[in-house]
Amino acid sequence: MDISKLSMHVNVEDFLPATEEEKEYMVQMRPSTTFFRDGLKRLSKNKVAMVSFFIILLITLSAIFVPMFWPYKYESMLGMQPGKPVDASFNNLRPFEYSSTEQARIEAGESVFPHVFGTDSSGRDYFIRVIYGTRISLAVGFFASIIVLVIGLLVGSVSGYCGGRVDIIIMRIVDIIYSLPDMLMVILLASVMKVTLGPAIDGTPLAKIGSNIISLFIIFALLYWVSMSRLVRGQILSLREQEYVLAAQAAGAKGSWIIRKHLIPNCISVIVISTALQIPSAIFTESYLSFLGLGVNAPMPSLGSLASDALNGLNSYPYRLIIPAIVISLIVLSLNLFGDGLRDAFDPKLNS
Amino acid sequence: MSSNTPNEVNKNAQPLIEVKGLKQYFQINTGFFRSIPLKAVDDISFSIREGETLGLVGESGCGKTTAGRSILHLYTPTAGEVIYRGKPIITAKDIAEFRTKATMVFQDPYSSLDPRMTVADIIGEPLDVHHMYKSQEERRQRILELMDHVGLNSEHAARYAHEFSGGQRQRVGIARALAVNPDFIVCDEPVSALDVSIQAQVINMFEELQDKLGLTYLFIAHDLLVVRHISDRIAVMYLGRMVELADAKEIYERPLHPYSKALISAVPVPDPVTARANKRIALTGEIPSPLHAPSGCPFRTRCPYAQPVCAESMPPFREVEKGRFVACHRVEEINS
Ligand SMILES: Nc1ncnc2c1ncn2[C@@H]1O[C@H](COP(=O)(O)OP(=O)(O)O)[C@@H](O)[C@H]1O
Ligand code: SF4
Ligand SMILES: [Mg+2]
Repeated sequence: MDISKLSMHVNVEDFLPATEEEKEYMVQMRPSTTFFRDGLKRLSKNKVAMVSFFIILLITLSAIFVPMFWPYKYESMLGMQPGKPVDASFNNLRPFEYSSTEQARIEAGESVFPHVFGTDSSGRDYFIRVIYGTRISLAVGFFASIIVLVIGLLVGSVSGYCGGRVDIIIMRIVDIIYSLPDMLMVILLASVMKVTLGPAIDGTPLAKIGSNIISLFIIFALLYWVSMSRLVRGQILSLREQEYVLAAQAAGAKGSWIIRKHLIPNCISVIVISTALQIPSAIFTESYLSFLGLGVNAPMPSLGSLASDALNGLNSYPYRLIIPAIVISLIVLSLNLFGDGLRDAFDPKLNS
Repeated sequence: MSSNTPNEVNKNAQPLIEVKGLKQYFQINTGFFRSIPLKAVDDISFSIREGETLGLVGESGCGKTTAGRSILHLYTPTAGEVIYRGKPIITAKDIAEFRTKATMVFQDPYSSLDPRMTVADIIGEPLDVHHMYKSQEERRQRILELMDHVGLNSEHAARYAHEFSGGQRQRVGIARALAVNPDFIVCDEPVSALDVSIQAQVINMFEELQDKLGLTYLFIAHDLLVVRHISDRIAVMYLGRMVELADAKEIYERPLHPYSKALISAVPVPDPVTARANKRIALTGEIPSPLHAPSGCPFRTRCPYAQPVCAESMPPFREVEKGRFVACHRVEEINS
C-alpha cells in the first residue's frame, strides 16, 4: 500500500507555478459577438423552454405542411359530390369512422384515408379543419405581433428620442388608449367593421382574406401598440441615461457604432421577447373574437371558430370542442414558456 | 497611501490643456413653450501643464462633471474654447483627433460599462473605434497589457462587467481610458462610488500610472481629502464658476476665498496647529439652484463676509498672487 496516500502532507506538485501553456489555456478571449451565442447556450440548457420550442415547431410545421398532402380539403363537404345526391352518411362521423360509401369502397378492396378526428356536421374532415384553423390562428398571431412591433417601435422611439412636447402629446394619447376597456373596444370595433368593411373590400384581393381578419389586424394596429410603444420609449430613455453610451462617445464612436454596439444589443432582447409574448395574446384575442362570431369568415376555420361551432353538438361530440381548445392552450402555453425562457437566457443580470 | 514621489512638474512647461471662458448652458423647459438656461458651467478659465494633476473640487451639483465633459467636447460648449498643445479644438476633425489624446474615467463604475460586453471588448472598444491594431492577436496583446496596467487578471478578460466588484469595474473603466494611449485624462470622481477601503488603492494606482505613462489629469472630487493627496494644484468651483485656483499645498494652509476656507475647515486635519489656524467656518443654508443664481457674487447668500458690494457685481477671477486666482471682491480685506 502506498503510504503517501495516507499522509496529510500536501502534494508539492499541485502547487508548482503554471506553465506557459496552462496560462494560455486560462486566457481565452471570446470573439467580439458572443453575447448572442452565450444566450443561445443558456437557452438550450433550459428544458422547459426547449420542450416548448419543439412543441411550437411541431405545431407550426404541421400547420404549414400537412394541408399539402392531406387528401381532404378543409372546405370540401365530402357528402356533396357534383351530380350525385347528398350523402348524409358523411356528416358527424366519429374519429376513424367511415361513411357508408367509404365502407363500401373498403369492402371492394380500395384503401380509404381515415378521418382521424371524424367529420363535422357538414361532412368536412375535422382533422384538416383543426390543422387549417391552427394555421390561421398562428398567422394572425404572427402578423398581428409584427404590426404591433412596427407601430410600437416607431411611436416609442419617436417619443423617447424627441422628448419634450412630442413625447408629452404621444404619451397622453397612449394613456387614453390604455384606459379604454379593451375587450369592449375590440368587440365594438369588430362588429362595426364587420358591417362596414365587408362591402368596401368586395372584389379586391383583400376579400379573400376576409373582412373579419382585416378588421382584426386593424384592431391590433389601433389598440395593442400602446404597451409596446411604452416599452420602447422606456428603453430608449433609460439607455440615453447610461454612461456607457457617453463613454463610447468619449472613445470617439459615431452614431452608427453606438446604435449597433450598444443600443440594439441592450434593447433587442427585451423587444424580441415582448413581441414573442405578444403572439399568444394575439392568438387568444383572435380565438375569443372567433368564438363570439366576430372572427374569420366561414368556411375558413380558426381554432376559436371551431370551438364555437362545436358548442352546438357539445353533448354528442365533446371532442370537437376539446381538440381545438387543447391546441390553443398548447400554443399559448408553449409560446409563453418559450418567451420566458428567452428572457432568462438573454438577460445577463439574472444569470451571474 | 504609499508612493510619495511628489510629481515634480516643470512650472515653465507649456500648458497641455488651456480652457478659456468655457460656458455650458442647458436649456430647461419650464412650461409648455418656455425654457430658461441653466448655467451649469459659467465662464471658467484655467490651464493644465503637462504631467500635472489639477484637482477640481466643489459641492455636488456645482458643475464639475459638466466642466469635464465639455472640455472633452462630449457636450458642445455654449461658449469658450479648449486649446490642446497650442491648437484650439474647433472642427469635427479636431475633436476626432482630440479623442485619441484625451479620455475620461467616469464616476459610476456600474452604468459606465455596457452590460452586454465582456471586459475585453469594453477595454478594446476605443481600439476598435480607432482601428488601432492590425491583427486580432495585436488587439489581444494590447488588451492584456492594459489589464495588467490596472491590476486585472487576464482571466477576467472574457467575463462580463456585472460579475465584478465596484473597484474592479472602475479598473476596467481606467483601462478603457488608457487604451488609446492618451496624454490627458479627466477623472470624474473616480473613487467616490467605491468602498473607502479601496479608494486609496485606486488613487495610488492613478499616481503610479501617471508616473509610468506620463499622464496629465483633471481630477474631479467633491472630497478634498481625496484630491489633496494626488493634486499639484487645486481649483474650487461654486455654482458653475471657479472661485479659487492655487497650489495644492497653499490652498490647504492658507485658503483665500471664503468658500475655500469653509471647505477646508471642514476637512479633519491631524495637525493641531493647522487645525487651530483654520478655524471652522460652517456653511449655512443650501446651495442655491443654478437656475436662480444670486446676483453679483454667487456665494453671497452663504458668505459670512458678504457686504452690499457683493450683490452689485460679479467678482472677477483675478490673479491676487503669482499663480493664484481668486474671485472675491473682498479678498484682501478678509485675509489681511
Ligand atoms: N444634461 C443636462 N441637462 C440639464 N441639466 C444638467 C445636465 N447635466 C447637468 N445638469 C445640471 O447642471 C448642474 C451641474 O451638474 P454636474 O456637472 O453634474 O455637477 P457635479 O458633477 O459638480 O455634481 C446641475 O444642476 C445639474 O442638474
Ligand atoms: S465677493 Fe463678497 S460674497 Fe462673494 S465671496 Fe467675496 S466677500 Fe463673500
Ligand atoms: Mg458629478
